[in-house]
Amino acid sequence: MNDRTTARFVNIGERTNVTGSARFKKLIMADDYETAVEVARDQVENGAQVIDVNMDEGLLDAEKAMTTFLKLIAAEPDIARVPVMIDSSKWSVIEAGLKCVSGKPIVNSISMKEGEDAFLGHARKCMAYGAAVVVMAFDETGQADTKERKVEICARAYDLLTGIGFPPEDIIFDPNIFAVATGIEEHDRYGLDFIEAVEEIKARCPHAKTSGGLSNLSFSFRGNETVRRAMHSVFLFHAIPAGLDMAIVNAGQLDVYDQIDPQLREACEDVILMRRDDATERLIELAESYKGKSAADEKAAEEWRGWDVRRRLEHALVKGIDAHVVADTEEARQQFDRPIEVIEGPLMDGMNVVGDLFGSGKMFLPQVVKSARVMKKAVAHLIPFIEAEKEEGARAKGKIVMATVKGDVHDIGKNIVGVVLQCNGYEVIDLGVMVPWSRILEAANENDADMIGLSGLITPSLDEMVTVAEEMKAANMTMPLLIGGATTSKVHTALRIDPAYPGPVIHVLDASRAVGVASRLLSDTQRDGFVDETATEYAKVREAREGKAQSVLLTLDEARANYFDAYLSDKAAPPLQPGLHRFGNWALADLRDYIDWTPFFRAWELHGTYPKILDDEVVGETARQLKADADAMLDRIIGEKWLTAKGVVGFWPCARDGDDVTIHDAEGETHTVLPFLRQQVKKSRDRANMCLADFIDPAGDWIGGFAVGIHGIEEHSKRFLADKDDYSDILLKALADRFAEAFAERLHQHVRTDLWGYAPQEQLTNEALIKEEYRGIRPAPGYPACPDHSLKPILFGLLDAQAQTGISLTENFAMYPTSAVSGFYFGHPEAEYFGVARIGRDQLEDYAARRGVDIATAERWLRPNLD
Amino acid sequence: MTKREEFEAAAAQQILIKDGPYGTAIQRARLSPEDYAAGTDLEQEQKGNNDLVNLTQPDVIRGICDSYIDAGAHILATNTFNANRISQADYGAEHLVHEINVAAARIIRAAIDACDDGVPRFVAGAVGPTNKTLSLSPDVEDPGFREVTFDEIVEVYREQCLALIEGGADFILVETVFDTLNCKAAIMAVKQLESELDRDIPLMISLTLTDLSGRNLSGHTVEAFWYTVRHARPLTIGLNCSFGAEQLRPHVQLLSDIADTWLMAYPNAGLPNDLGEYDELPETTAALTRIWAQNGRVNALGGCCGSTPEHVAAMAAAMKGLAPRVLPTVAPDMRLAGLEPFSVAA
Repeated sequence: MNDRTTARFVNIGERTNVTGSARFKKLIMADDYETAVEVARDQVENGAQVIDVNMDEGLLDAEKAMTTFLKLIAAEPDIARVPVMIDSSKWSVIEAGLKCVSGKPIVNSISMKEGEDAFLGHARKCMAYGAAVVVMAFDETGQADTKERKVEICARAYDLLTGIGFPPEDIIFDPNIFAVATGIEEHDRYGLDFIEAVEEIKARCPHAKTSGGLSNLSFSFRGNETVRRAMHSVFLFHAIPAGLDMAIVNAGQLDVYDQIDPQLREACEDVILMRRDDATERLIELAESYKGKSAADEKAAEEWRGWDVRRRLEHALVKGIDAHVVADTEEARQQFDRPIEVIEGPLMDGMNVVGDLFGSGKMFLPQVVKSARVMKKAVAHLIPFIEAEKEEGARAKGKIVMATVKGDVHDIGKNIVGVVLQCNGYEVIDLGVMVPWSRILEAANENDADMIGLSGLITPSLDEMVTVAEEMKAANMTMPLLIGGATTSKVHTALRIDPAYPGPVIHVLDASRAVGVASRLLSDTQRDGFVDETATEYAKVREAREGKAQSVLLTLDEARANYFDAYLSDKAAPPLQPGLHRFGNWALADLRDYIDWTPFFRAWELHGTYPKILDDEVVGETARQLKADADAMLDRIIGEKWLTAKGVVGFWPCARDGDDVTIHDAEGETHTVLPFLRQQVKKSRDRANMCLADFIDPAGDWIGGFAVGIHGIEEHSKRFLADKDDYSDILLKALADRFAEAFAERLHQHVRTDLWGYAPQEQLTNEALIKEEYRGIRPAPGYPACPDHSLKPILFGLLDAQAQTGISLTENFAMYPTSAVSGFYFGHPEAEYFGVARIGRDQLEDYAARRGVDIATAERWLRPNLD
Repeated sequence: MTKREEFEAAAAQQILIKDGPYGTAIQRARLSPEDYAAGTDLEQEQKGNNDLVNLTQPDVIRGICDSYIDAGAHILATNTFNANRISQADYGAEHLVHEINVAAARIIRAAIDACDDGVPRFVAGAVGPTNKTLSLSPDVEDPGFREVTFDEIVEVYREQCLALIEGGADFILVETVFDTLNCKAAIMAVKQLESELDRDIPLMISLTLTDLSGRNLSGHTVEAFWYTVRHARPLTIGLNCSFGAEQLRPHVQLLSDIADTWLMAYPNAGLPNDLGEYDELPETTAALTRIWAQNGRVNALGGCCGSTPEHVAAMAAAMKGLAPRVLPTVAPDMRLAGLEPFSVAA
């Protein structure tokens, strides 16, 4: 009885109903079934135990809409797991639906409206199809309104049904919930009549169930959600003990009875239970005060809205609540002589609390970014007043010019650092992405900046950073240069960038260090010590590097002799579907299940493995909140089609030729050479010096390639930034990145099981996919097994990727849109990921020749592998 | 006594034995393509059309049936797994569906009627799933597409079931159900026939699982499947094919707890070996299924793929003296199902 699949009270999802949901109706009318299916999924995820599907709309072919929709949701296991309620006033629509539903559904509804014969005819059909049935309290004379009529009609229907052998437990009576508090006296009893009728029907009709459509009840309070929700909750609170078994509700929109404002609760109770003559007037009066307010706000207001404005601002900043910040800032402004004092006073005080909490590990990045959103809104409110007084802007702690360098488009990390610095009172001049050195220097001079911060994700950006440093030297600048981004490192900074610029160069490991670094650099007392300390540290790194017995390199010939001897007869069969395959709009809802969440949390500097991170003692709560925000945004991204996932896959016949893989285009009689790099570090025992070419048969084989990209963030990003909402902006970008990776994962699976088809039986969970428990690999240019980003143009040429997917390459081979992944497919069962690591001069020269570039260019491209 | 009452009386007394498969038995007869098609004017090659053999080589079928009777079977199925319009169309023999089924039922009927020994025996008219699914789209690009309609499948089943009844089948056995909606169409067809012929046609329903977690191809769990077909008030519910007895055990156990009707199970003879052959010994199958019986889990037992008359005989011997399963009493909850079960407490 108390197992998870046996319910005491059933929430029936009402959103997939064209008569009840304007949005769903719009989707169906527009033939957008894909999004309509997502509405069903949302309901199930929100706890609907049965979903009601209704297509009764005059302009629709309801039979067709019903069957189309039911067949589509049958293909979605996470929707189809729950039973369906086929809802129509037309029997033909119901019967068409019954022919598509493979479980045991509920028919909603049949009645004695057209007499006993039609009623029993429909009931027999329901028995033959194997469906439970909702019986409306409706007879030849009309709909039952009083308690007596409701009970009388249901009792008659019950006797008729059981008389033909209809199982009583499959009968659900709907004794009609009507609107109350309409101002019409006859309507006053409707709530109470329903509740009392339910009790009598349950006693009179053993094993039968009762149900009702809840939204009718509060019809006269349309537009006042707080009151409607309260009425619904109060109604259920009394109707369930009376025997109500189920209701058609919006599962996400019920309040907990105990948490309803007691005054409102009592007023609702008075109306529903008809406890006072003036109940309706009192509720209408009270309802006025709830107009346009949400229940959540009301609750929050109780706790902190009564505090003084300073504390309110601090609370809003620490908790990241932006709902009242403009009003509170305005209140504070009126208390101070000058608007600037609000920033320097309460707002900065609040941000200092945030900074302290963050610094001491009691707050985490996602919360800090939310705090920044509140701060920005407060400051935005004050700026016009400050300008009106022609006052100097607030003296920031310091000014920092930040940029993602030329050739690189990645900015999540840079944006996070920018937000954190702003939170801590620094002025950040963000130049955006793909910024050439000239503009960076110009902006730093124009703004009289205190320091420059550079960011980059891809390896060629490292060289670009060296260029910026060299140009700063040439311009005789002395301000500190901060280096950050996923591909940067202390070693690279020490070895390459620091020597290029005489001023202070500091590598900033992550956003949490940015404030510490900036504040020390700007402190009169700490600056020199910090700069010297860092310079000494970097010098040591260089010395250690020079003096260090580096890992022994084999000669290229020796390394080649120790190649990986793959068992070539195990190579994958030719692809089932060779050639190019384009996917112009892969369903995001499908990709959602393939998301690897661990890197998402890492992007927010929350370290730990998903899902364990959600229960982490320290960051668990933040992680859960972040995940909830991410899920909510995913719902919108998918539901409102913010993004488009485009991809292309290709397979080509090829052969290994030394460390090259040569692709043969028989038609064009052309060859495309993919030069790969070989590990040269001396290996222990019998381990091979790997090269991707080793996984390819010299006698003929196949290789694949792919590129996927997520399009469409710009519009939303712009909207968020206009709204001073960095949090949502960073969240969106981080999710777009996850979608790109998920798409790569999903597509690889599709390739293995279908397109190439060498693993048609593969059945792996997302967890297993993340652990790469499948056959074959998809190394990406620029990553350890294939470190040369410059293979991307070759790959893109083979795939015609720009035309097929709209992904373009910058001069340094970064992909745009930023959320993009490209790589090669190797199908050999022994293929595995490895890192090429350090290579020798001999391989550099050999590679330059094979790649067809001069040695200096190759050196630039392969820099990280040469040190 | 009606056949339903006769079956219930027998099932209350003992664990009944169902026969084994026909396919492998027919193969052993080494029929030539000409033997398969004998006396018909079919243009296509008919080798492998085992259902046609009812019509062209009735003695072969009778011999197999007799071997199962000798092995101790009470429930004798017709050799009509693919004798439906959709499957026969692959052989260009769809116009013979009626004849094949009538002939098939008559053979079994005659074999049973020939033994005048007081042992209860029944003709189960076997109905397979057809090779089309109502729940799934064959086109991955278009999940809403269906190759056939519910009404078409109902008609296909109606034609076959009518012929089986005409030939003397006592029950209709809807077996190897991989798509639950196809099964609902079969139930609908039998309900229509009952009202047309104005007689009771007891149904035996047998699910087949496609994965060890216990779902069929259309994704229904065992429990969801039972709630979905319970309106048929079947004489027996059960599981067949899927895997060997060892792997099928937990699913039989689950069904046994929730189904308030007789339970019939007929597993394969183990799992296929590397060559795709079944090599589980009759003693092994018998020992495994004996455990079900000892735990009071079954009312009828038989063999599916890989089983031989020896397997059936070994099972019959192993069941001797063991009490049949007692039907459970279930609460009158409302029992709904999507792919998963959902009950509303009474």
